[in-house]
Amino acid sequence: MHKDKQKRIRNFSIVAHIDHGKSTLADRLIEKTGLITAREIHEQMLDNMELEKERGITIKLKAIRLIYKAKDGEEYILNLIDTPGHVDFNYEVSRSLAACEGAVLVIDATQGIEAQTLANVYLALDQDLEIVPIINKIDLPSARPDEVKNEVEDVIGIDCSDAPLISAKNGINIEDVLEKIVSDVPAPTGDIEGPLKALIFDSYYDSYKGVVAYIRVFEGSIEPGMDIEMMSTGKVYEVVEVGINASKQISVDKLEAGDVGYVTASMKDVKDARVGDTITSHKNPANAPLPGYKEVVPMVYCGIYPAEGEDFNSVREALEKLQVNDASLIFEPETSVALGFGFRCGFLGLLHMEIIQERLEREFNLNIIATAPSVIYKVKKSNGEILSIQNPTNLPPESEIEYMEEPIVEASIMTPSDYVGAVMELCQDRRGTFKNMEYLEETRVVMHYELPLNEVIYDFFDALKSKTRGYASLDYDLKGYALSELVKLDILINEELVDAFSIIVHKDKAYERGRSIAEKLKDAIPRHQFAVPIQAAIGSKIIARETVRALRKDVLAKCYGGDISRKKKLLEKQKEGKKRMRQIGSVEVPQEAFLSVLKYDDKK
Amino acid sequence: MEELALYIHIPFCKSKCYYCDFNSFANKDEIISKYIKYLIREIKLYSSTMKDYYLKTIFIGGGTPSFIEGKYIYEILEEVYKHFNIDNLEELSIEINPKTIDLEKLRIYKDIGINRISVGVQSLNNNILKKIGRIHTTEDFLKTYKLLRKVGFSNINVDLISGLPDQTVESILSNLKIVNNLEVEHISFYSLIIEEGTKFYTWYNKGELILPNEDEERDMYHKGIKYLKSKGYHHYEISNLSKEKYECMHNLFYWKLKPYIGIGIGAHSNIRGLRYWNTADFNKYFAYIDKGRLPIEGNETIDKTMEMAEYLILGLRLIDGVYKKDFINRFNISVDEIYGEVLNKHSNNGLLTIDGDNIRLTEKGIDLSNLIFVDLLPE
Repeated sequence: MHKDKQKRIRNFSIVAHIDHGKSTLADRLIEKTGLITAREIHEQMLDNMELEKERGITIKLKAIRLIYKAKDGEEYILNLIDTPGHVDFNYEVSRSLAACEGAVLVIDATQGIEAQTLANVYLALDQDLEIVPIINKIDLPSARPDEVKNEVEDVIGIDCSDAPLISAKNGINIEDVLEKIVSDVPAPTGDIEGPLKALIFDSYYDSYKGVVAYIRVFEGSIEPGMDIEMMSTGKVYEVVEVGINASKQISVDKLEAGDVGYVTASMKDVKDARVGDTITSHKNPANAPLPGYKEVVPMVYCGIYPAEGEDFNSVREALEKLQVNDASLIFEPETSVALGFGFRCGFLGLLHMEIIQERLEREFNLNIIATAPSVIYKVKKSNGEILSIQNPTNLPPESEIEYMEEPIVEASIMTPSDYVGAVMELCQDRRGTFKNMEYLEETRVVMHYELPLNEVIYDFFDALKSKTRGYASLDYDLKGYALSELVKLDILINEELVDAFSIIVHKDKAYERGRSIAEKLKDAIPRHQFAVPIQAAIGSKIIARETVRALRKDVLAKCYGGDISRKKKLLEKQKEGKKRMRQIGSVEVPQEAFLSVLKYDDKK
Repeated sequence: MEELALYIHIPFCKSKCYYCDFNSFANKDEIISKYIKYLIREIKLYSSTMKDYYLKTIFIGGGTPSFIEGKYIYEILEEVYKHFNIDNLEELSIEINPKTIDLEKLRIYKDIGINRISVGVQSLNNNILKKIGRIHTTEDFLKTYKLLRKVGFSNINVDLISGLPDQTVESILSNLKIVNNLEVEHISFYSLIIEEGTKFYTWYNKGELILPNEDEERDMYHKGIKYLKSKGYHHYEISNLSKEKYECMHNLFYWKLKPYIGIGIGAHSNIRGLRYWNTADFNKYFAYIDKGRLPIEGNETIDKTMEMAEYLILGLRLIDGVYKKDFINRFNISVDEIYGEVLNKHSNNGLLTIDGDNIRLTEKGIDLSNLIFVDLLPE
């Protein structure tokens, strides 16, 4: 009976490059299986957060159960597990893939394979998933399905001969996808009677239920009242509720091997239900956890400070609230001479960082200042001490440093072959080491480079997009640390060192970066009553200098009876602008200035 | 009884100047007579509510009030006299354009009691006048000026702008010299503002309008002011100078935050702690008045905090500045208690002079007055 049910379960993910139509396809599948009506689908069902919608990126994954009556007359349970589509969230992707037996690979018929497609396919193949290729956007005039099929076969080596040709947007051939899932994705196996083994692939905090963990049960079963144990921590909880996600959460009596669903157990903190951890039975524990658990470690750090007039405590509260649902966000208080009290925050990557910054501003209405992102440098001091530095301010004086190491990533860049030269130039400029290059087809290549992470987090991605007209895509993985000649670059505004602008750079890049930062600050800092010198320095040596000219005129020439309201509005606007400034010494520095120094300069 | 200033808006022009963002229209001549009728009805609507005020000044502005027939001006003022207390009316100004004025109109103005004429001259260089979209020439102005004196006007203002395209310090000084030789009583000496919605704004943003740079413009302003002061003009407001006792009383109402009402489309009023403004749309204006109500479209309550800020922001536009004792008399609180920190900051910055009871802008403070004003605005 139970075994019979297991045979009718299909657990699958959809993998795709950003914009290739993953979320749209998910919507269509949901619509097609009659779970909810088309009217209820707000654009993209699975993407909950406002920000995700805007960026077209899925950040937090979710699972949804679809019921599909296949052409063979049987009713199947299709568990669709959504995955984030960005390199920053690779680990989360790998865990949700681990919960599946198959992956639907969506490829844009106009674009072909992209770096992230490949990265995700490799992740799926790592998990031994059955890959179901789908060619999307076939109704676009520029679609070239046959070429794309060949490309997939050549590059990934999977058979595309009967890959469904669909348009997720316009609902063309969606049923073919469902049939393919039923026929090609293997049913789960696993002993329902065995000791419980369930994989957590996502969790979030609910103010009523506490932490809700999304799980895939591999062995045994889980039901309310049962004592469960987190295998990474040994913590024990009593299950309050188990259930499935249909159009809403529906509690069920139990979840068994093969099932995908959720569990609540009065857990207070998402850290208690870490993605990748294995849940087992406290009474009858499994002898080994499911493979692959790792604690996520932040790769990128930056300082987050309240802007002028903003409260330190409200920033802390907001970060705490975000952390409740984001175990990978870490933060601790720090102080800056220039910016006062704030937080050093750690992120999975640049996108993760930007998302958190935007959510602080948008969802919490906070005015914040973020400092330049930094990676973790390893410093061996002459006295033998080894330090991990993620805030440039903490770098010891040069005389005390024996050597420094910086993180290196293995990057794959996929690009039309026309841009190979431009990409090489860029990677070389960013201290990359060329590894190899493969032709995917005549006009497309994937280039492998080793790049220092600190170059990648600067403006690499923007530069890559700009130099390849947006065609190139990037994927990277941390490789390890390497010796490097690094220096601390300081910025002085009006003769005063502004610690929040300090960065660690390779010594060969220091002059260029110093000049570029000084130039950008010159444009970003408004004119003051006095001339404001901006200097870049290494130690006591000034390497670049710019001056913001003194303001000569800021006066309303006319102000009569009919003008007062309007002129007052102008002044209020000016005042509002000032609020977004940070007073550093006698100079007002706008928040944008902090951002501007990080932005890729197209003019270069 | 309290004194009151009255502004009357005539939103018609022969053509629109390229820098002008005022509420004024060319090619709407067909509704002039209708507009005047409604203006008169608006005046009537006020009659019963203004019993506790007496008019001190009237200002007919625009647009170009001299563009419309003289009889209209006559009718309007006649109506004002019927409904307002004019026992103490002292100053009655009208704005004119040298191209749209003649002896007949001036005689009518004189008859109905107008005693101050403000001439929109802007520049005395014909090529500049053309570049900024003025319809008159320097010669038109000189002719008009003679006519004004002939009819017997003894209080004449001339508007001039600094920072115009092709203008130099020399050209502006030579303009001022002419004006000084004519012995005009009052000079409004503005620096050009590029306002949104004007042709200048479009051209400027496209890079098609080349203007003197900030340093040159400030040079024009300061050298111009210095010259006029040396000729006996009293620099009494950021952009205004006059012979002794010829300060514009009407405008002083604005800067001293005294009550005023404005009639006509888009006109603003500030009375009894309320600032409000009329609709700027002709059709709505007519419709409101047809319903027998004032054509008010929006308002802003000026609470004490805002009133104190405005008092200083507007008061500091006056070169003599504001007096601490006046402040305390008006608000029952000392200016230092509320603004001490801001005032000290800008005194240290060199933008303000605090001289015993008196607070005023320094020369640099004039150039950068917004830096102070922004700090004075309530949070």
